[in-house]
This record gives sequence, C-alpha cells and structure tokens, in this order.
Amino acid sequence: MADETYPEDLRYFKEHDWVRVDGEDAVFGITWFAQDALGEIVYAELPAVGDTVTRGDSYGELESVKAVSDVFSPLTGEVVEVNETLQDEPQRVNEDCYGQGWLIRARMTAPGELGELMDAAAYKRFLEEA
Amino acid sequence: MTVTGYVPHSESDVREMLAAVGAATVDDLFTEIPEDVRRREPLELLAGLSEAEVVAEARRLAGRDTPATGLVSFLGAGIYDHYVPAVVETVVSRGEFLTAYTPYQPERSQGVLQTIFEYQTAICELTGMDVSNASMYDGGTALAEASILAGVQTRRGEIALSAGVHPEYRQVLETETAGYGPRPRTPGLRAGATSDLEALAAAVGEETAAVVVQQPNFFGALEDLEAVAAIAHEAGALFVVVADPISLGLLEAPGVAGADIVVGEAQALGNAMSFGGPGLGYMAVTHRLMRRLPGRLVGETVDLEGRRGFVLTLQTREQHIRREKATSNICSNHALNALAALVHLSWLGKEGLPELGALCARKAAYLRQRLLALPGVAAFTEGPVFREFAVRLPLPAAALVDALVPEGFLAGVPAGRVAAGFAGRLPKLPAGASDAPGPSGLDDVLLVAVTEKRTRAELDAFVAAVGGVLAKAGDADA
Repeated sequence: MADETYPEDLRYFKEHDWVRVDGEDAVFGITWFAQDALGEIVYAELPAVGDTVTRGDSYGELESVKAVSDVFSPLTGEVVEVNETLQDEPQRVNEDCYGQGWLIRARMTAPGELGELMDAAAYKRFLEEA
Repeated sequence: MTVTGYVPHSESDVREMLAAVGAATVDDLFTEIPEDVRRREPLELLAGLSEAEVVAEARRLAGRDTPATGLVSFLGAGIYDHYVPAVVETVVSRGEFLTAYTPYQPERSQGVLQTIFEYQTAICELTGMDVSNASMYDGGTALAEASILAGVQTRRGEIALSAGVHPEYRQVLETETAGYGPRPRTPGLRAGATSDLEALAAAVGEETAAVVVQQPNFFGALEDLEAVAAIAHEAGALFVVVADPISLGLLEAPGVAGADIVVGEAQALGNAMSFGGPGLGYMAVTHRLMRRLPGRLVGETVDLEGRRGFVLTLQTREQHIRREKATSNICSNHALNALAALVHLSWLGKEGLPELGALCARKAAYLRQRLLALPGVAAFTEGPVFREFAVRLPLPAAALVDALVPEGFLAGVPAGRVAAGFAGRLPKLPAGASDAPGPSGLDDVLLVAVTEKRTRAELDAFVAAVGGVLAKAGDADA
C-alpha cells in the first residue's frame, strides 16, 4: 500500500471521497484515509452507466474482509464510466487509490457544488480535527 | 406455584433465585404487566400423567392416523415417497450431527462445515450452477428469496411467475415478499399444461425482475427452459427455475439452459414425508449473483500448514454485517435435512441418480398410459412426463381419492385442493372434459406421482381399482 498522501490537484468531500475535475466530467474515488480504514477491499459494487448520483447519497459499496461500506457521492451528476477493472482487481483501491483505484466518472449536472468541496489542506485539517 | 417433573427448578431453587433478585413471590416478577390483562385463574390443564400414561395416550392418538407407509401412495405435488436408504438415518442420527444447531463458532465444527460444503457441491453439480448456499427452509421460501434477490439485483418491481409453478409456492412468495419484494404476475398455461410462452412474453417488460418456471411443472409437464431463458434475458430479467432435484439426474441442468437462479424442494432426497415439514429448500446462483445469495455459505480453504479446511465465507452478505442492506434476513439453514440429502445422493452416486430417474419416468409413463386407457380418463398434459402427471377424471378427483383409501391406495393429490389460485389462468378445457368443473376448474384433475417404490403389481392393482370406482360411478349416472 502506498504512503499517506492527499494530492494538491484534487478536491475532497467529508465522506472521504476525492474528485478530479476533467472538463464537464468529474472522476470519483476514495481517499488514502478511507481505504486505510476499510482495510483489504475484496469487492466493489458500483452503479451502472446512465445512473444518477446525488451529492451526499450512497452510489456504491466497497466490501472489505470484515465489512461493507457505502460510498457517498461528492457531487450530483450522471454516471458516464465505471472502473470495470475493479470487478477482478478490487485491491487497486488499496494499492493506488488516486490512480488505478478510481471508482466512477460522472458528468456534473450541478458544477456549483464544486465550491463546497475541500482542497487538500482543508481536508488534512478535517482529518486532524476528526 | 406447582413444581412438576417438567419444570427444572425445585422449590428451593425458586426461593433462592427470588431472594437473589429481592422478590417475594414469582408473581412479583410480573408487576410491570397491567393487572387487567393478567390471568388470575390457573390454566385449565389436566392433572399430570405418568410417563407410561403419556406414551399410551400418544400411541392412541397416533393410531387414528393412517401413515403413507401403510398404503400404496401416489401422493406428490412437491413431496415424494422415495425410498430412503438405511444409511441416511445411520449417519444423520450421529450425535455430532443430530444435536448441533447452526454453528456459531463455525470453524470449530469442521465436520459439519465439511458436510455443508459437500452438500453445496452436490447441488451445484445437479443444477449446473456456480454457487449453492447451505440450504433453506423449503421450496416455497427458497423461491421467495430468489424473487427478492432478483428485485435487489435488477432494481425492478415485478416477477413473471408461470401458472405452472406450485400454487402454494406462489402463496408463500406473495406472503414473504409483501411490502418490499417484487410483485408476482401470473401468466397462464396453454393446452397441454405447459407455460403459454406468448402470454409469458407479454407479461415481461422493463419492470420484470425475473421470469420463473417450474421444471417439471406443477402438473408434470416439461417446460422449454431455453425458450423461457431467452424471453427473460431479452428483457434484462433474471431467469429463475424451480427444479425437482431427483429429475436432474435425467433432465438437463437448468444452468445449461441459462438459469440465473435455481431453487426447489429437496425433501425427495433422503427426507421423510412429514406433514408440516421440515422440508429442505435449496438455492443456487451464478457467480455473478454470488454476493446477493442469502443464507450461510461454506467455503474450502487451507490453513497455515497447508491442510484442507472449511470456513463460513462471504459473511459480509449477511444481515449481521450488512444490516438493512442485506438481501435477506435468513441466517440459518436446514443442516440435518441437507445432510440427509447429501447422504442419499452419495449412496445413489453418479449412476444411481439417473437410474432412479429413469425408473420413475418409466413407471410413471406406464401408469399414465394404463389410466388413459380407462373410459372417461383424459390427458391433462402433453409430451413426456418424469414422475408425476395430471389426468382429468369423469368424476371429482377428491371422490376417487376417498373411494380408494379403503382399498389401500392413496390415489394422488386432487389438483383443485391446492390450486384454488388457478382461477382464470388455465387453458380452456379439452372437449369432453368435465361438464361441471368447480371454481378452480380443476376439481376433476388428479395429480399422480409414481416413485421407484411402486411395483408393477401395485400399478396394475391400482388401475383395476380406479377402473372399479369409475365403473360404479358410471352405473350410478346411468
């Protein structure tokens, strides 16, 4: 597993999700803190392309050896791509949570919500306070 | 308070416990319960009996019953009179199996886990599916779980349930899934008693979570599984088959035909025909649906020293971890019944099960042909039958059954008795069939099951006895 990092170019949500903005799209994943807390991930249940995700609502589940946890959407949008490699290699979420362990790509339908996300420094403060 | 032999606490035990909690009398423990709902008089129970008297009374009551073993039985409709080899009782009576409940410290119970693992393996081989759970309560509840699973998986709200599925299973499904599971729609049957594929296709749409057929169906007709699979999958629905496990030694595995879920009643494997159960439900799914499978699941693994061992696996599916998001609240199984099924299957072996199926099919075909040769008896199903078949009689089926009990035969199950829910879902009556069908249109339909236990002599004697009753009924009409 990689060392604890929180890349500067990402935005962060209080449910320990990260967002990478890419034009009209946003890629979602979970942070180093989240994957570390979950432990070894053995299964990822993700939405289908075309599904709607809503900020603050669960859009999938990550199953670790001992628990199943909801994944909460940091933004509202429509799913345009799902990381299919996680079906066979869910451990990517642990190994490379900001890269090959991404979860979904969504077309943002309320880009104004971006302003409510944290930057890396704010998220690190949020972790320290929690 | 009266202390009897059935209450394990002596008067001094009770005094001691009351003193420990600071209560004067047992009644003091119930002061929280309002006075006006408390019973003041003692229960109206008979005076106690000695053990010998209880046994004598129980024998007297049991003597009023006529056990199926004392008659030549053609009963079926889901529960079948197969021979249970002595080895089944020998194995399941071992204390290690007989007294164990579902293992709560499971990995300590390697023997129990191994039997469950082997049972799951056998069910997968029979059904052609990837994953079987550790067993369920009975065929009806297994079907209800299958429909809930399909609803969760597809996020759709309807089930297209062929009218050829056991009507009691449909009732269990309706009861168990009321309020949160998909709602069943029941397209009818065509003449010949197989599912009407056009009606089935018409009942399937964007809201259909699953299409369900039974093989062989309730009336004994064989369904075209590939055709139904195509209807289901084209609509993005799951294909669920309710299959008779004994038939799977002879018929193609539903998994080969494209089933996503296979469920059924496995009493016929090694278990007694007890009124009220316990039954033995089985449930198997494809690899894709593994994480939605309800119930316990045993997996094979190796320990640190490389030795083969067994564990409960994928427990994150279950309600003690997944809470309200679990597919099901089922967290137990019918382990002893599943063990009986496993022992029976092992005793039959790879060749024995197809042989058993072939025996049933040949005997059923013979009896069906002989019955259809009797005046006034008409076919209800078309095509080959496996072990059970429905026929139309020139008199109410219940009347024939009643007339034959004194002659030593249980003639079968009157379809109308279990099929009140069929109204409006049946094919039009063939010409010449009963003039006065009851409300369900099935009062003159008899389900006849023929297992390997029935001898040629019994079948011939039965045909003669049926012929006698029909002749007498014909004379009375004339």
